[in-house]
Amino acid sequence: MRELAYYEAKFEALREVLAADERVHLIGGTFLSLSPHRKLFQEIAERYPDRVAAPPISELAFSGLATGAAMAGLRPIVDFSTGSFIFEAWPQVVNEAANAFYMSGGQTRAPVVFHLFHGLRGGGAAQHSASPQAMLWNCPGLEIVLPASPRDVKGLLKTAVQSDNPTLFVDHVQLLETRGPVPEKDEAIPFGVADVKRRGADITVIATSYMVQRSLAVAERLAGEGIDVEIVDPRTLVPLDFPTLMASVEKTGRVVIVDETHQSCGVAAELAARIAEAGFDRLKAPLRRVATLDVPVPYSEPLEDFIAPSETRIAEAVRAAVR
Amino acid sequence: MLLIRHFEERLIALHDDGAFRGHYHAYIGQEATGVPALCSLAADDYIFTTHRNHGHLLARGADPGRLFAEILGRRDGYNKGKGGSFHSAAAALGFLHTSGVVAGILPLATGAAYASKALKNRRVTLCCFGDGALEEGAAPEALNLASLWKLPVLFLCENNGKYGAGRASGSSQSASMAAYPLTDLPRAYKIPAREIDGADANAVYATVSEAVEEVRGGAGPRFIEAQTVRWPGSETNWPTVPAPTNVSLAWDVNFVPDNAREWYRLSDPLLIFIRELIEGRHATREEIARLEHEVKDQIEAAARFALASPYPDPEEALKDVFAS
Repeated sequence: MRELAYYEAKFEALREVLAADERVHLIGGTFLSLSPHRKLFQEIAERYPDRVAAPPISELAFSGLATGAAMAGLRPIVDFSTGSFIFEAWPQVVNEAANAFYMSGGQTRAPVVFHLFHGLRGGGAAQHSASPQAMLWNCPGLEIVLPASPRDVKGLLKTAVQSDNPTLFVDHVQLLETRGPVPEKDEAIPFGVADVKRRGADITVIATSYMVQRSLAVAERLAGEGIDVEIVDPRTLVPLDFPTLMASVEKTGRVVIVDETHQSCGVAAELAARIAEAGFDRLKAPLRRVATLDVPVPYSEPLEDFIAPSETRIAEAVRAAVR
Repeated sequence: MLLIRHFEERLIALHDDGAFRGHYHAYIGQEATGVPALCSLAADDYIFTTHRNHGHLLARGADPGRLFAEILGRRDGYNKGKGGSFHSAAAALGFLHTSGVVAGILPLATGAAYASKALKNRRVTLCCFGDGALEEGAAPEALNLASLWKLPVLFLCENNGKYGAGRASGSSQSASMAAYPLTDLPRAYKIPAREIDGADANAVYATVSEAVEEVRGGAGPRFIEAQTVRWPGSETNWPTVPAPTNVSLAWDVNFVPDNAREWYRLSDPLLIFIRELIEGRHATREEIARLEHEVKDQIEAAARFALASPYPDPEEALKDVFAS
């Protein structure tokens, strides 16, 4: 299989979904972040001038505009750029889009995709580093997608555009340069199918988004210490493929959950609760969370490193769980 | 207009009888705005409305029985009992989504208009909201986008400000807005805006029809502020009826309580319209009385239908979270 950089796979997906369905509109233009790769995006913007809109800095209105357009027949993909900016659009995302199908009694679909870059990008400080997906997991009606590899970003974006539900496409700028295999043929990766990113026998690490790549690096190091780590990536939180996660936990009897949302009421907390409910008696050691510490994200590098789910903290948690 | 009035009055009675919970918002006093405005639309146009939606739905031909059923939380409601008074929507009639957040629909309506422009289907989106909606940030953001991208949306602000005195002196009621008159706001975004008397059904029809055709023709958004007078029973979220409406009030208000007499005499748009019909010899008192009789029968049948409709199965609560 050919190998692509993550940003190339994502760009290919955007190009293909625009070519395949003229109902697809892009609202916003930093899908490849503000990195130099944004020049690639220019190609799309010039090719589809009527379908790539550059909105004013009005997150509330343009997210609602995309939702309303989705209700009336389009398949818009909205770009919030930095994840923290979705807070400006909260009423439209959580109170309109998420509720639309339900409170209309199943009359009105809102097939809109909300795209954002979450997490610690390095120096983003408190207002440009948010991981809003845990808060959004608390809003029934939203699908939540967290790609972690070139193949996943392409295949999951295809499915997001086809979905009839409002979908959060939660990306991470630290993934953009990651290289990996991507099939030439068109591949839509279904939601609700977890992916075992590394086979192992001693312990399960459940990781999301960029934390998958970080956990893979830690697993290689720990292999040298004789710890055989299995890494399972849920890929989508809503819908969640819990059986695959639980099957791995039951196999190894030990689990560490690595995720970049804040620890309290975070993604790791919810997964831990479900595992404890479903199989507390299958655990050979207490389950552990490695999440962002419960403080606003600091700017200074050593401070940010200290609160992050770093390689050091992941390795310590895994060692403690297998001890 | 008669149907809306008797629907709302019957709804108030149903609430007073304990037939449903929660608060709700009646459309009484705004009928001469909503009815002609909705009559100005084509069959496949879109309408977005708010918590005060009953009048808009009925003006578009919604079944009063299914609307009662929705507000009563019954299985036969338009939204299967999941929306209630605040969120009643009927997609088949063009009501895609009804929001209980006052400015929530301005971006959504702008979005439906964006879709219509992209799909070149010549549909107009009518966005009906109250003056309070302009106090939320979503409103100016949406006005800016609609104007910037020349989208086919008509913003209809039904100003039902509290104080009739404001209108009597010929001004907007905007005690909570520094932008005054309210039409200054759309005009700042270069949206042509007009202020009209919302109790004048003929003026509303003429103005909205003209605006709809301009919007449909690709001229970009339009904004209309209709001045309405909040009726005396809607001071709270739990309305009361000072005197049940009877078309004979159009020519005799002597048996109305003192505190409501001025409203019925000067401000009630339904009675104003009836007086116009009679004075213009378009209808006789007897014809109007007969029509009211039929409407009351229809409303009673609708209420019976809703009260007889079963509640949804509890497990229904778990359905419709996702489309597929």
